[in-house]
Amino acid sequence: MYDFFMVWLLPPLIIIGKSLLLLIMLLVFIAYLLYADRKIWAAVQLRRGPNVVGPWGLFQSFADLIKFMVKEPIIPAGANKGIFLLAPFVSAGLALSAWAVIPMNLGWAIADINVGLLYLLAMSSLEVYGVIMGGWASNSKYPFLGALRSAAQMISYEVAIGFVMVTVLLCSGSLNLTEIVMAQNDGLGIKLGLPYASFLDWYWLALFPMFVIFFISTLAETNRPPFDLVEAESELVAGHMVEYSSAPYMLFFLGEYVAIVLMCSLTTILFLGGWLPPFDVMWFNWVPGIIWFVLKICFLFFMFAMIKTFVPRYRYDQLMRLGWKVFLPLSLAMVVITAAFLKISAWA
Amino acid sequence: MLSGLAAVFFYLFSFVMIVSATTVVVTRNTFHSVLFLILSFFNAAALFLLAGAEFLAIVLLVIYVGAVAVLFLFVIMMLDVDLITLRRYRMPRYAPVGILAGIVLLMELIVVFISSNVVQMANNLAYPTPDIAMRSNTQALGDILYTDYVFYFEIAGLVLLVAMIGAITLTLRHKTGVRRQSIAEQVARMPKTSIEIRKIESNKGL
Repeated sequence: MYDFFMVWLLPPLIIIGKSLLLLIMLLVFIAYLLYADRKIWAAVQLRRGPNVVGPWGLFQSFADLIKFMVKEPIIPAGANKGIFLLAPFVSAGLALSAWAVIPMNLGWAIADINVGLLYLLAMSSLEVYGVIMGGWASNSKYPFLGALRSAAQMISYEVAIGFVMVTVLLCSGSLNLTEIVMAQNDGLGIKLGLPYASFLDWYWLALFPMFVIFFISTLAETNRPPFDLVEAESELVAGHMVEYSSAPYMLFFLGEYVAIVLMCSLTTILFLGGWLPPFDVMWFNWVPGIIWFVLKICFLFFMFAMIKTFVPRYRYDQLMRLGWKVFLPLSLAMVVITAAFLKISAWA
Repeated sequence: MLSGLAAVFFYLFSFVMIVSATTVVVTRNTFHSVLFLILSFFNAAALFLLAGAEFLAIVLLVIYVGAVAVLFLFVIMMLDVDLITLRRYRMPRYAPVGILAGIVLLMELIVVFISSNVVQMANNLAYPTPDIAMRSNTQALGDILYTDYVFYFEIAGLVLLVAMIGAITLTLRHKTGVRRQSIAEQVARMPKTSIEIRKIESNKGL
């Protein structure tokens, strides 16, 4: 009986417990990122933002959650009911499942798999299905146009993201996310003779053009402004979400924000040294890695929010041009240059 | 070979895969049939995972589910595929060719299955020659693709490139008389050539 418990029941229970813990922490974190997003947006436009529910409006996101849950879900008469209801679950579920491989500290990943980076690429490329299914099943013009736009947009930017990942792989020599972070212990800063400034070791400096391309591509991949043509309210009302209401709408919304935080954490892992402290000094090394990780995510999210406030929306042909004619050749060239450089200098 | 939980999952995934693959052919709604195709891709990836080929599993997801199936959906949503005319008029014409191709594939499978030693292959899977701990799947595949068979790989790439250029030349038309945005031109504009500053005396127009 004891053996049965240790072999068959305990490991799955531990995994379920870890996943639940991660899920709850992530959702609370996202609730406050949403609040921060609105506050930043409001501050730039000289408004107050949410300030009524709780002190300084801190409970606004939870009030919104309750509001979404108790509203009436409306399913259009012409909709394909099954797919219509499946779409938001696909969108939120895929975004959440990608979190299984994210290491938040040394060894703090639910699944520390060898092809972690590829898994993330797969999950982020599957997220388009939520949008396509939702747009098609709604049986309405604007959602359909939104779905088509989204499919084209995601494929165009995925290519650039893939090539950026390849350059990082060339430098780190592994597809495992933990090893990619650990590879950033040693880098440009040490080569320059500045061992204390470990933030110079991270790949953002050595691969700076790739860092910029990756950041912009993640904006496009998560449909954030200035690339939010999928749900451009001036053209398509709300894109694939027009016909959704109540809890299904909330799931779409949640999936979007989970994907944004996922992309922020991916940028952190690939370019900003994951959980590594920015300076190699004693007090900084005492701080737990997860705090650095979260701080870096917050910084990147702040950048996301600021870009939303002051960059005007792209036109659709400009978006396609940026993806195919600018980012694709640039990132391809950088793959070749990085590979040649690593081969010649034997730094890898 | 397979035992315990792995066997349960193997039969589960195989069953779902076969059912969904059948549904792809049987269902009337083309959109549903692509969704079932995606489901069977997922199960194939899961089977790869069970066999220990994690790289192949993820690549299957990235390429077939993430890109190819999206394009399928795209085509189905854009084209108005009328299944009834398809069934009535096109099916009798194309069915023999399809059946022939199916038979050829089936024969190939049977030949491969008969000529190969399944037990030996299963043993190879269970105890790979260089140990898994020493050499990951990704490395081994990379060696085969880019070192052992690099010539064939490059040839395949060139064939795809030719096909791509062909598709582009077939569809590329340059419309004349359409206003186009030239980013280089816009960036190269200087204040001197684009604006003119005039002094205007008060109470007198231009």
